[in-house]
Amino acid sequence: MADKSSSNAYWAANVRLIMINLIIWFVVSFGFGILLRPMLSGIAVGGTDLGFWFAQQGSIFVFMIQIFVYAMMMNKLDAEHGVEE
Amino acid sequence: MDQYTLNLLVVGASFALYIGIAIWARAGSTSEFYAAGRGVHPVINGMATGADWMSAASFISMAGLIAAVGYDNSTYLMGWTGGFVLLAMLLAPYLRKFGKYTVPEFIGDRFYSPTARMVAVVCLIVASVTYVIGQMTGVGVAFSRFLEVKSSTGLYIGAAIVFMYAVLGGMKGITYTQVAQYCVLILAYSIPAIFISLQLTGTFLPQIGLFSEHTASGQPLLVKLDQIVTDLGFSSYTGHHQSTLDMFLFTMSLMIGTAGLPHVIVRFFTVPKVADARYSAGWALVFIAILYTTAPAVGAMARLNLLNTISDNGAQPDGIDYAGRPDWMKNWEVTGLLKFEDKNGDGKIQFYNDKSEAFAATATEKGWAGSELTVNNDIMVLANPEIANLPGWVVALVAAGGLAAALSTAAGLLLAISSAISHDLIKGQLNPNISEKGELLAARISMAVAIAVATWLGLNPPGFAAQTVALAFGIAAASLFPALMMGIFSKRINNKGAVWGMLSGLIFTLVYIFVYKGWFFVPGTNQLPDNAANWIFGISPLSIGSVGAVVNFAVAYVVSSATDEPPVEVQDLVESIRIPKGAGAATGH
Repeated sequence: MADKSSSNAYWAANVRLIMINLIIWFVVSFGFGILLRPMLSGIAVGGTDLGFWFAQQGSIFVFMIQIFVYAMMMNKLDAEHGVEE
Repeated sequence: MDQYTLNLLVVGASFALYIGIAIWARAGSTSEFYAAGRGVHPVINGMATGADWMSAASFISMAGLIAAVGYDNSTYLMGWTGGFVLLAMLLAPYLRKFGKYTVPEFIGDRFYSPTARMVAVVCLIVASVTYVIGQMTGVGVAFSRFLEVKSSTGLYIGAAIVFMYAVLGGMKGITYTQVAQYCVLILAYSIPAIFISLQLTGTFLPQIGLFSEHTASGQPLLVKLDQIVTDLGFSSYTGHHQSTLDMFLFTMSLMIGTAGLPHVIVRFFTVPKVADARYSAGWALVFIAILYTTAPAVGAMARLNLLNTISDNGAQPDGIDYAGRPDWMKNWEVTGLLKFEDKNGDGKIQFYNDKSEAFAATATEKGWAGSELTVNNDIMVLANPEIANLPGWVVALVAAGGLAAALSTAAGLLLAISSAISHDLIKGQLNPNISEKGELLAARISMAVAIAVATWLGLNPPGFAAQTVALAFGIAAASLFPALMMGIFSKRINNKGAVWGMLSGLIFTLVYIFVYKGWFFVPGTNQLPDNAANWIFGISPLSIGSVGAVVNFAVAYVVSSATDEPPVEVQDLVESIRIPKGAGAATGH
């Protein structure tokens, strides 16, 4: 495989993208929704606080956006490295 | 037209639609039977995945679970959606690239080990069978409540419908019926929710209504709800009352369990390209989120509605007269989901938290002798249209929606089970030389047998039937998800590491569950009582799957490091699944 280094760079870029996404995924659900909720209790949202909103709604919205953004960025990455179908 | 006729018409029409699809979408090859010929559009697959994923529990029970405790049960909302992020980034695209038909097949090839494949088959069957029993009993229950037939008759009818499209059409038939079932279930869920949101808050979207002003009191809805429930001695709705560690681990178990469930993973084998698998996971989450963001609103609003009905909006603090209760309460008392017992003999309905010691004095002072109403959580969704005085066709739609949710998930699970038998056991182990035609026949027979077994188990549910969350998600989280992820993201994990890892994660998780729930769920065989005081670090048996996953990762790493690295061809396989190029060729048809 002549393009070994290119495919290694492709994989490294993919893993980096996944890491960033998993940090966001963790922060909005386990972070804002559970662990950090007491710290966000000062921010009022519709009769309750921001942490409650993230736990019951906000995290799901962020998850959806994340998957589409990841899919788009991966399409770009696939094309850059010439590994698209 | 009376309610019964309406129910019959709407449910009958939805069933006629499913049968029509069954006749149209027959499978002619194993590729069509196992993976719908890999020609499903990513948006269509997203919709089918939505129906595949959202079970009788999501449709009927989840809003009630949230209504019962409020914030603490947000775990279900985050857990059952967050798993799709993991699926989209860590598993689906690479497993689609791999281009075979089943989850155990990937584990067997990647870890060059028939043993690993068989461990995966066993995990798949235990998880999926536990899961499918809940769907079959759900079908029976929905029939008996709405169509006044015995639940066993309902089960036979449901099984016959699934038989038609699953045996004839395999994944192809299942895919297109799931699309129809998604449409039925999402309409049935959204319409009552929109009306209730309009009635309580004047807001069209329940998602916004949940955080809006309660029109009748002029206070925010959640403030009003918090006030009413705490006045009756319950814990506040928006407050955090359970162990934070357990909430964290439970959410994690549901997320990685979701990502590791084979019947969801195989849906992504049906799209044409790797890029489609990524987008399709996004679409699946969009279609799921429509229900999952409505559910917390339904939960909060239904609980507020129920409590307001019982106190006549606060006008009768001792409860309304039992004799003058609304009709929907009478209807649901017949089903046993609602029970009244006049403990202090005053003819009024008192509903409060009689387990609260802090509230006991207040209750005695009022002359209350215990909470008099027993409410099954499922009523929060099932009785919604009646509580909100919606027309009869909406009630009928809820019946069809509950059935659609149960049948679509059952079909997906049955396909995962029957493919594991015909493709992994028969083709993979017993008779590798079986012809294409022979395997297709074997797949159809396996499907028919799986439906018969699931029906029998639905009629005679064993002790473990109620343990879907502990067993199915625990096993998927502790054994399947880590093995799949390591197979893609590490070239170093070898056959021994994978097998030991899966077995350690599995056994660790099962032992922890059995210690509290009884060995093989036989009542009375548990060593420790199943309550928070006895759980290690307050970790419930339902949350242990994520700890089992850590055990799996650690054991697999240590054993692999101490033994030989995988052969070159396996390392090449890992290289090849990591890049999308060539996915079309890999399917080999």
